[in-house]
Amino acid sequence: MMKTKSMGRGKYFITFLLLLSFWLLLSGHYDLFHISIGIGCCALVSLLSADLLFDSASGATHHLVIGKFLLYIPWLVYQIILANIAVVKLVLSPKLKIDPRVFTCKTSLKTDVAKTTYGNSITLTPGTITIDIKDDVLYVHALAGNFADDLLTGEMEKRIITIFQR
Amino acid sequence: MVIRDIIAMILILIGCFFFLTSAIGLLRFPDMFTRMHATGKCDTLAVLLVMTGLIVHHGINLDSFKLLLIVVFIYIANPTATHVLSRAAYRLGMQPWTKDKK
Amino acid sequence: MKAFFLGVDIFLCLMVFLCLYRVVFGPTLGDRIVATGAIGTKTLTILVIIGFLYGRVEMFLDISLAYALLNFIGTLAAAKYFEAKGEF
Repeated sequence: MMKTKSMGRGKYFITFLLLLSFWLLLSGHYDLFHISIGIGCCALVSLLSADLLFDSASGATHHLVIGKFLLYIPWLVYQIILANIAVVKLVLSPKLKIDPRVFTCKTSLKTDVAKTTYGNSITLTPGTITIDIKDDVLYVHALAGNFADDLLTGEMEKRIITIFQR
Repeated sequence: MVIRDIIAMILILIGCFFFLTSAIGLLRFPDMFTRMHATGKCDTLAVLLVMTGLIVHHGINLDSFKLLLIVVFIYIANPTATHVLSRAAYRLGMQPWTKDKK
Repeated sequence: MKAFFLGVDIFLCLMVFLCLYRVVFGPTLGDRIVATGAIGTKTLTILVIIGFLYGRVEMFLDISLAYALLNFIGTLAAAKYFEAKGEF
């Protein structure tokens, strides 16, 4: 009981600090008036909406996950550039050489954050967009068959598993 | 100074090329799902390129941080919006265009 | 550099008109929403570059951040509304 109560306080405090740093970075005015308005607004908002930021499932390994996630971003940017070159080729070719299809793809990811990251990464990488997620089956729309084969090798899923495993 | 401006111009011009691609793809592709391939990807990379060019032109200060914030927000928001729209269309029974049935 | 920014802005306005074709003549409602989102992204870039043209970068950056948020929320709201209503 005692432990859950202290967790609750910490939740509000972390939300408040995040919001206040965001306010200070965005406002650009560093005098007493603006900073006191910021503290008041951030206290009110963190009192009302701390539950949105931290759900009950979140564990204590957040900083680790964020560090691994920053390592994942350069690979994602590289994949995005490849995706855009593929789309540019398809769009600017005089005959439309597309063969769209919808296929399903099972995933072993468990948490919502991991599934969201996976879905958004699929949308940003070559020729595929996520249409629907039901439990652990993803419905993916691909522009052509070879893009679907690229996704089904499962390299991206392995990288996301290494980010989010405990 | 001049070299910095030239790098910024090249980045912004490449970004404009990707904006052009997304607009042409929006006009040429046959149905909603394939059109979302064009807008969801090319717009995202184009915003990244244009904002990077503007950061190179402007230098590092609070404004360039806000430009970076816009890029991060677009990177989260654009795929999510694409996904929500395609899910709504798919659940309401819109059949994706395929090569065979025209 | 100002002439270059002006040229980029005019080019992006032409892109907005290309997307506007899909908004006006798009066969389904989903096409219109997708095209509106694309126009929103282009407008965001136009706003930032206008800030550089006028030399008021900080003001226009705040406006474009708010515009990005509104564009995203608008797309989400339209998708949810028409999904609940059952027509697309």
